[in-house]
Amino acid sequence: MTEAASGRAGEPLAHDRAEARRVRVRRFLARLRALAATAASIPMTLLGLVLVTFLIGRVMPVDPVLAIVGDRAPQEVVERMRIELGLDRPLYEQFLRYLADLLRGDLGRSVATTRLVTEDIVRFLPATFELATAAIILAALIGVPLGVVAAVRQGSWLDQGVRIFCLAGHSLPVFVLGLASLLVFYVWLGIAPGPGRQGIFFQEAVPLRTGILTIDAALAGDGPALRDALHHLAQPAGVLAAFSLAYIARMTRAFMLAELQSEYVTAARAKGLSEMRIIWQHAFRNTAVPLVTVITLTYAGLLEGAVLTETIFSWPGLGQYLTVSLLNADMNAVLGATLVVGLIYVGFNLLADALYRLLDPRTR
Amino acid sequence: MSKPFSRDWLLSDAPQSRAQAAWGQRYQAWLAFRRNGLAMAGLVVVTALLVIALFAPWLATHDPGAQSLANRLARPSTAHWFGTDELGRDLWSRLVYGARITLGMVVSVVVLVAPVGLLVGCAAGYAGGMLDRLLMRVTDIFLAFPRLVLALAFVAALKPGVESAVIAIALTAWPPYARLARAETLTVRNADFIAAVRMIGASPPRIVLRHIAPVAVPSLIVRVTLDMSSFILTAAGLGFLGLGAQPPLPEWGTMIATSRRYILEQWWVPLIPGIAIFLASLAFNLIGDGLRDVLDPKQR
Repeated sequence: MTEAASGRAGEPLAHDRAEARRVRVRRFLARLRALAATAASIPMTLLGLVLVTFLIGRVMPVDPVLAIVGDRAPQEVVERMRIELGLDRPLYEQFLRYLADLLRGDLGRSVATTRLVTEDIVRFLPATFELATAAIILAALIGVPLGVVAAVRQGSWLDQGVRIFCLAGHSLPVFVLGLASLLVFYVWLGIAPGPGRQGIFFQEAVPLRTGILTIDAALAGDGPALRDALHHLAQPAGVLAAFSLAYIARMTRAFMLAELQSEYVTAARAKGLSEMRIIWQHAFRNTAVPLVTVITLTYAGLLEGAVLTETIFSWPGLGQYLTVSLLNADMNAVLGATLVVGLIYVGFNLLADALYRLLDPRTR
Repeated sequence: MSKPFSRDWLLSDAPQSRAQAAWGQRYQAWLAFRRNGLAMAGLVVVTALLVIALFAPWLATHDPGAQSLANRLARPSTAHWFGTDELGRDLWSRLVYGARITLGMVVSVVVLVAPVGLLVGCAAGYAGGMLDRLLMRVTDIFLAFPRLVLALAFVAALKPGVESAVIAIALTAWPPYARLARAETLTVRNADFIAAVRMIGASPPRIVLRHIAPVAVPSLIVRVTLDMSSFILTAAGLGFLGLGAQPPLPEWGTMIATSRRYILEQWWVPLIPGIAIFLASLAFNLIGDGLRDVLDPKQR
């Protein structure tokens, strides 16, 4: 970026400056307009999300009235409940009502836990957040260097190895990897703890503040509890990281290849810079922007892997909540969790977009 | 004059007919594909899977549903090549029949999704305006959920089973194809050959079907092949969560779900179907990777 700035020709003339200002104003307005268009599309997408979950809720074979009053309730009780739930109203009215409830933060009550769905989600979300964050950090720390090395040694056995590794990682079902990892690290080697988030001795040992066990233990200054939490986190996070590592490595390789073929790299080589410096200070820096986008999107994608990983490792997060609710036909909980996952997913997509605009000077 | 479909006929640089030119191109693509060892390995595995699925009754050594509780969780042996599962059923025979279910699901999803995505995308791209904006907004909404999570919600609303799983995966899978087809359409929309056929008097449906859609097909094929592995994984994931194929159907993900309790002792029982899923998914990925290099060099 500094090269570009220093490469600019001398002072512009006075009328050039006025022209430049006009151009800048016009560009600023164009950006504002683009931003407004994006901002306007968000509510539309959100409304669509809500509509999809609402419609799924209406076509389900489970009768919400019978789910509450039981199938042996007398006809008039069923009828009263139907009116109370607003199920006798037209569909659009039901949708508006659903929307209004949603805006008040009311997702209904879970039949299985008998708590409000929003309460449940607040309870289970931190565990998923902890798992996904640990996983994405691991994946980026391993995947990015792998991709860079593969690009630098393009065509070598190392590159082929990374390519096969990436394809394999892409093809391995995360639940099979989880089971295999339990077998190897827990059963055969005995170095990993079993499923769950905490050892039995540490349950309720640390006051919950954030709901993220590692942080709570660290805040409480409880060393053994922190060690226990990290110990339990390592295996599921590793499995989930493997799920996204392949994609990150593959994209890093592609971005690096494009940069290494560009002219400024040839120029840097001609100047006699060391290969290390060319790779990391010049080429890699330019891949940082698209990489941040890829990693953010992968982070959002981990929500999907989390559903299966949490089931394998009995990790009490949103994914497990979703699957347990599904098996109980607990529709309020299912739709609430689906909606929240969708919201987080959209949020991360927007974040990736915003980061790209913020970090890449060419989009300014 | 060389015979049709001989090597000379295919490699001729002065094709006599449109068909000859088209087949020549396909042959050259095949030659390029054949040079890629990994892709060929993928093709071999997929072909083997197809053969296994088609000839399952002859390849299975036992009845996949026959239980034998006296002989449950047996180790691999000459009688049971991969051992037996928690109800004493022969694992090899179940895997063989499972190939039918997995491939059947994947093929159904592709048959449902690819034409819809292609037509929606091409129509939206060619028509432009309101229709385009509306369709793209709808794809936005579907892309706003992770695929597995949305499929889970759909299956929950329908009812667990193979058909619901196929419908759920199809519902979540078409938007990327529509996007892709639309992008391809936009690149040729204002091309001279489109203007020419329009001037000859071709109707919009004819332009879309005969002149625009074929342009989008190669990149769609690549994308579909690469996605087949993700369909396999999603189907297996649904089965594993108990929402896809239901036991006693020998679907690979369902087999893992019913036997995962035995991972500590009889670990091969859940892991063997896992390896089958992995191989099938890897094979499609390898083919897709090879096809991309051949058909879509700009995306390498």
